[in-house]
Amino acid sequence: MFRNQYDTDVTTWSPAGRLFQVEYAMEAVKQGAAAVGLRSTSHVVLATVNKAASDLSSHQRKVFKIDDHIGVAIAGLTADGRVLSRYLRNECINHSFVYESPLPVSRLVVRLADKAQVCTQRSWKRPYGVGLLVAGLDETGAHLYYNCPSGNYFEYQAFAIGSRSQAAKTYMERRFEAFNNYSRDELIKDAIFAIRETLQGEKLTSSICTVAIVGIGEPFHMIDQKIIQEVIDSVEIKEDAAAAADQAPAQDDDKSSEAAPMDI
Amino acid sequence: MALRRDWVYENNGGTCVAIAGTDYCVIAADTRLSVGYSIYTRDYSKICKLADKCVMASSGFQGDLKALQKNLAARHLMYQHQHNKQMRCPAMAQLLSNTLYYKRFFPYYTFNILGGLDSDGKGCVYTYDAVGSYERVGYSAQGTGAGLIIPVLDNQLKSPSPLLLPAKDAVTPLSETEAVDLVKDVFASATERDIYTGDKVEIVIVNASGIRQELMELRKD
Repeated sequence: MFRNQYDTDVTTWSPAGRLFQVEYAMEAVKQGAAAVGLRSTSHVVLATVNKAASDLSSHQRKVFKIDDHIGVAIAGLTADGRVLSRYLRNECINHSFVYESPLPVSRLVVRLADKAQVCTQRSWKRPYGVGLLVAGLDETGAHLYYNCPSGNYFEYQAFAIGSRSQAAKTYMERRFEAFNNYSRDELIKDAIFAIRETLQGEKLTSSICTVAIVGIGEPFHMIDQKIIQEVIDSVEIKEDAAAAADQAPAQDDDKSSEAAPMDI
Repeated sequence: MALRRDWVYENNGGTCVAIAGTDYCVIAADTRLSVGYSIYTRDYSKICKLADKCVMASSGFQGDLKALQKNLAARHLMYQHQHNKQMRCPAMAQLLSNTLYYKRFFPYYTFNILGGLDSDGKGCVYTYDAVGSYERVGYSAQGTGAGLIIPVLDNQLKSPSPLLLPAKDAVTPLSETEAVDLVKDVFASATERDIYTGDKVEIVIVNASGIRQELMELRKD
């Protein structure tokens, strides 16, 4: 995208009917570390890559609990995400206070989208530079929504945002039709796999990803790092065994098989 | 006499008691809801668990109590989101005081007692008036039967007198079972003479292993 004379103000249209500032905000989301979400009929899983600014610092929090039945994963400007999470939490608390029942997910995402839209139509504001994957459970079932800085929101069976998210999307596109019938554990496993796709060769360990789940009978919570590591280990053992079995008949170099099993 | 049509409060009666021990806290309240000389229900809980180790009991106007409990629960949820942990009893005590004083000029008609464990695991009881004046004490009673109960607690709890100066920690040296038995006795006695106290007493015991609840029948007349 090139700089042009219509992109200074969010309130300036381009002749082609585009608001460039809003599109630039969506670029900011694409630059953030990846986040993926998957949904079955009873559970929703969110997973994010923990990117630290440097080796000396800790990584930023990208998954937030909003209420017992809703959580979000963000990509983009994490500060904007934190502020929006506070807004979402307040909305849920206020609704519970007045109606003594949990805020339905679809209502929450609409409020969030309307809030984002306001920033696309005021000259003294800027759009939020963060995309949110909203995972929630309500009377109508399990839901996964994506809210983007433009003020649009969409419901998804599975989605990925952030840098290298296309790899995760491709992985999930091949499988999403089966997701509705997945068990809780299969859903978690696929979320971790989808995250691995975005790592493009980097070693997948439990410290590099955060996984959270919400489901029927299960309030939103982060999954313990130990359990994530167990899932990773169990899968890699199987893949290494498969790699060894494949490589045994072929006698040439198998030193690459353990490093990148997905290349088989 | 002109008919006053702006009286928005109602006294639903009832009594609450709380006793702090060295490693436990007992909070109890009867379950009768009355208006005037009538009983609305014999099964209304005046006790609310605000946090892991923090329980509140109140007598007075139950409509205001419900609103107050919801208010505090919402504030506690916000605290948990911000700080990633539960509120401790002394913090909740200050929050309750501020919440009550916030409505200094249209008060919550509730007489509250907060009980739980402090940061050291010792029992603590905080007692309030309707507008938020509060004090940490070793034991307290509020409500219609309080006047009948406090003298008995003064006598039976073997705590140093709360009226001594310098103020001595009035936590009772009694054991948990002794304190619970005393609470049962004290409610049974108050039920005899106070028309607003009776039906059942709900006793909540907070200690290191968590919160447990007991229910005891009282006279229904």
